[in-house]
Amino acid sequence: MKTYEEINARIEAGKAVVLTADEIMDYVDRKGLEAAAEEVDVVTTATFGPMCSSGCFLNFGHSTPRIRISEAWLEDVLLYTGIAAVDAYLGATQLRHNDPANMDYPGEFKFGGGHVIEALVAGKTLQLFALSYGTDDYPKREIRTYITIHDLNQAIMVNPRNCYQNYNVAVNSSDRVIYSYMGQLQPNFGNANYCSAGQLSPLLNDPFFETIGIGTPVWLAGARGHVYAEGTQFAADVPRNEHGIPLGGAGTLALTADMKQMRAEFVRGVSLRGYGVSLALGIAIPIPILSPEILRRTCIRDRDISAPVVDYSSDYPENTGRILGRVTYEQLRSGEITIKGRKIPVGSLSSYAKALEAAHLLADQIRRGDFALNPPIAPLPARRTCKPMKIRTRRS
Amino acid sequence: MSATVTRKLMFFFPKCECEKPIIYHLVKDYHLVVNVFRAKVTPDAEGYLVLDLAGSEEDIERALEYVRKFKVTISASTKGLRWDRALCTDCGACLTHCPTKALRVADPATRKICFEDDKCIECLACLKVCPFGACASVF
Repeated sequence: MKTYEEINARIEAGKAVVLTADEIMDYVDRKGLEAAAEEVDVVTTATFGPMCSSGCFLNFGHSTPRIRISEAWLEDVLLYTGIAAVDAYLGATQLRHNDPANMDYPGEFKFGGGHVIEALVAGKTLQLFALSYGTDDYPKREIRTYITIHDLNQAIMVNPRNCYQNYNVAVNSSDRVIYSYMGQLQPNFGNANYCSAGQLSPLLNDPFFETIGIGTPVWLAGARGHVYAEGTQFAADVPRNEHGIPLGGAGTLALTADMKQMRAEFVRGVSLRGYGVSLALGIAIPIPILSPEILRRTCIRDRDISAPVVDYSSDYPENTGRILGRVTYEQLRSGEITIKGRKIPVGSLSSYAKALEAAHLLADQIRRGDFALNPPIAPLPARRTCKPMKIRTRRS
Repeated sequence: MSATVTRKLMFFFPKCECEKPIIYHLVKDYHLVVNVFRAKVTPDAEGYLVLDLAGSEEDIERALEYVRKFKVTISASTKGLRWDRALCTDCGACLTHCPTKALRVADPATRKICFEDDKCIECLACLKVCPFGACASVF
């Protein structure tokens, strides 16, 4: 058994033993659980993939004369400005003004909120266009200017739903192509797409949220940030397998970090034909090895994690809850799964290579003594379900 | 008779040369087997052609000499399809869409993706499914 103080003392002394969630299983197999738990201080977990519920708060600073800003666009992408003067929120899935969307089906969605966020982090110069109605104290009614992230007072990423604990495998049983947030799905079970880092993914290495809670530090695209709340649609009361791994979606995390500290290669705009735009993020989360039990949970392997196979031509859009079967991440990574006797080639929306890179970058940072851990200030909810929306025709 | 070799090439035809039956002469006069992967005339009346030329080394050299007379730019880098390593995130959205496995997992441990130029038939399926714009057509 170790404490956060003991682990932090070793991190500070540059003596912490840190392994990635990709390396820890073989290490524990070799050393034995008890001995490894004494030795290892931190296991780094990570994921990289589209995380649509992401965005950032921006503060542009005050102009002379002042403008309040009631509507604004960065590179023609609409910002939410229903907050204080010169503050705005930029969302990852916001389309560019005049994007034809799916009017010319399937739409290309070449540029949107996610791409603006990528460009900001990359230090590019962006056009800001802002309108206002004019007040006594904020008389200016229109501004067109060029900004970079360095000109902004704040650029704080605030993502209500990241790091889904587990996720669907998408297939298409219909006779036409389905364009989805899970990519292009070929007719008649032509392909299957998954989106999880599996054995490397943060919440699959801490399935009962024993160490990850509100206030847990995270590596969000290279910046030190933290979990600020349970993620939206968070569910803890879910069916689990014998390893405690949820059989579907389950836990999510709300994350925040300073965008000025981020690395552009882990903040990437996403275009999904026929669906829309999004933002792919690289996220790594350290798990302090406080007990052998916590270490044991980080030893989860792809073969012990299964995902539901869902038909995105009918069951997903109709929200029937039906699944076609279950497959493990080991099977998914083999490149082919078998569903109802049919062999289906497998692709992915999540990058294991990028996730590994993030896990190693965080591990290096901890080894160098640059990333101290801290306990959560509050746990994530132990009991929580995710409710559907009811469509009512009357108020009562 | 020397051994048959196959060269994959891209021809760029400037505006003035698009109407000449150059490929006909490659077959007729230089005894080459021609396999065209992709051809396009742009709105500016420039032309692109990606093709395999098969024949003896000498015939191919003589044929290319002939083609160059028409101010055609011959690119040996073969590709009308460009895969940008810097833009690729190794996500794997392309894997099931590439019919020849020119885009594939290079290493099962790291799941890094690689692109094998010579396997690409320029069907352009990857352009439509890459979320990061890593695959692009030069024309």
